[in-house]
Amino acid sequence: MPLLEISGLKKSFLAPDGSTHVVIDVPEFSLAEKAQVALSGESGLGKTTFLHLIAGILKPDAGSVKLTGRDVSSLGEAERDRLRALTLGYIFQTFNLLPAFTCLENVLLGMSFGPGADRTFAETLLRRVGLGDRLRHYPRQLSTGQQQRVAVARALANRPKLVLADEPTGNLDHVNGRAALKLIREACAENGAALLLVSHDREVLGQFETVLELAKINRATITAEVPA
Amino acid sequence: MTIGRIVLKSLRQHALSTAITALSIALAGGLLMSVWSVKEQAQATFTQIDGGFDAVLGARSSKLQLVLNAVFHLEASPANIEWKDYLDAQKHPGVELAVPIAMGDNYRGYRIVGTLPEMFTKNEYAPGKRFVVQKPGRLFDVMLREAVVGSFAAKKLGLKYGSHFHPSHGLNHAEDHEHEEEYVVVGILEPSNTPADRVIWIPLEGVQKMSGHAVETATDVSAVLVKLRSTMAGPALDQLYNKKDNKLTFAWPIGATMAELFNKIGWFDRVLALVAALVALVAAGSVMASIYNSMNERRRQIAILRALGARRSTVAWTVVLEAVAIATLGGIIAFGVYGGIMGVAATIVQAQTGVVLDPLAWHPVLLWAPLGLIGLSALAGFVPALKAYRTDVATNLAPTD
Repeated sequence: MPLLEISGLKKSFLAPDGSTHVVIDVPEFSLAEKAQVALSGESGLGKTTFLHLIAGILKPDAGSVKLTGRDVSSLGEAERDRLRALTLGYIFQTFNLLPAFTCLENVLLGMSFGPGADRTFAETLLRRVGLGDRLRHYPRQLSTGQQQRVAVARALANRPKLVLADEPTGNLDHVNGRAALKLIREACAENGAALLLVSHDREVLGQFETVLELAKINRATITAEVPA
Repeated sequence: MTIGRIVLKSLRQHALSTAITALSIALAGGLLMSVWSVKEQAQATFTQIDGGFDAVLGARSSKLQLVLNAVFHLEASPANIEWKDYLDAQKHPGVELAVPIAMGDNYRGYRIVGTLPEMFTKNEYAPGKRFVVQKPGRLFDVMLREAVVGSFAAKKLGLKYGSHFHPSHGLNHAEDHEHEEEYVVVGILEPSNTPADRVIWIPLEGVQKMSGHAVETATDVSAVLVKLRSTMAGPALDQLYNKKDNKLTFAWPIGATMAELFNKIGWFDRVLALVAALVALVAAGSVMASIYNSMNERRRQIAILRALGARRSTVAWTVVLEAVAIATLGGIIAFGVYGGIMGVAATIVQAQTGVVLDPLAWHPVLLWAPLGLIGLSALAGFVPALKAYRTDVATNLAPTD
């Protein structure tokens, strides 16, 4: 059984003029356990919306998203929150670290909504991403590349089955971007997590054995204009 | 990592607004507690203090004026009564002790009261307690120009054993009205925490025969303090003296007379309660405004927490707890504010009346005021909490494409 199974997934938004714009129309998509897949697509094709639907942050208008056999779209919001905390790791383009929390606290915070804070594992993860000497540093005291590494550690903190990465190198320079990507892939592999990464960066996409074009799996991109 | 930790971080993150809001709560709480406590303590103390007497006999006037003048040494004397009136009262079978007092002079604003030694030798100002002269002092000799000074007056006037002073005419200080008589301080009283502490006591005749006082009334007294043999004698004396067309007034019982004063100003309690409620509401409103105004910048943080798996209710409770934490911090600081206000209030009340308020005395307001403010703030916190609850994750996480 695949780790992630999507069928007939649809999501539309109401435009300011009152018309409905279909953003996501994915008839079928699946991801095997421990697989590492990149989704390519230019900005405005609904990449983030697609990941939000998988993560249960957004509720689809139709279709199902099955994660580890559970239909995320049929769950209540609290259950979706719980499933997200226990099963998913999310790496954002803008990192989304909490500025008032140290590196270690950012990772522990991710754990607290899942299985519970495990300081030893959090420190292990931060050491793994090369931040063993920055545990008590605040995000503002870190470089952009270091912040992204904290985000990677946080995404893996709850030993997720699936890590979603949304343009994870988008805010990094060439060297840091390459290093971050290598780290994400290695860390996911070491922790047994599947990786679904979306990017429009050809160099990033070139690192993956499996690259899918979002335009091909999302029929909405052919017919609909995506609202900004 | 707990909700408490998130709240703590948020408080630190918004340290300035947290501090300002907590201070506003502290001021509101401190004000509420001290105003209430002063009112309650003053009411309790003023209705309990009677100087050891049951009644005051004086010239025809209001009972309240008599009590304030003769017991609390506050108001002016309505008029004098004859020496014979004192003797009649003293001889009445229902009277255990009658002590005449004469007023009309002061020393630098502190009232000089002429009386008999019985005030100190036979009267207990509180059960089992008599006025005691500090060593090496002694009571005044009725034949000499000697004075015994209340502890507070002595401290404020700098009078010590052996000090000399000239009384001034009238109840208010005026240097050009100084009498030629010179008195010597032969004793300082131990503090009694009663109005007697701010009085300078001299022999009765000293006041009666002070130069400049009318010779024809030299035997008159301002009032007679009366201790009854039993409360049964009260109604009889009340009837005797307070009947129509009598030239005297018998203020009995002293506590009830003072309680009547507080009953008359019962509206003040209601105004105070209203002001207290408004102050509490404003303080809780400040908590709400403080957190609500920061909600826009918090949306991203809330969205991140939600993306990490936090429930809507979790982020909402975080906001409510933050309101509670600010109010609790304010409530703790409020005790400092309370102590400060009470210290000043107690000093003023003691200077004005001789009555001592205890800033450390327990009163239920010390519990319900901070708890009430915390409860109100928690309620106020529900408004921004609702906003947190409704925060849309996808919109606030990052630009969506």
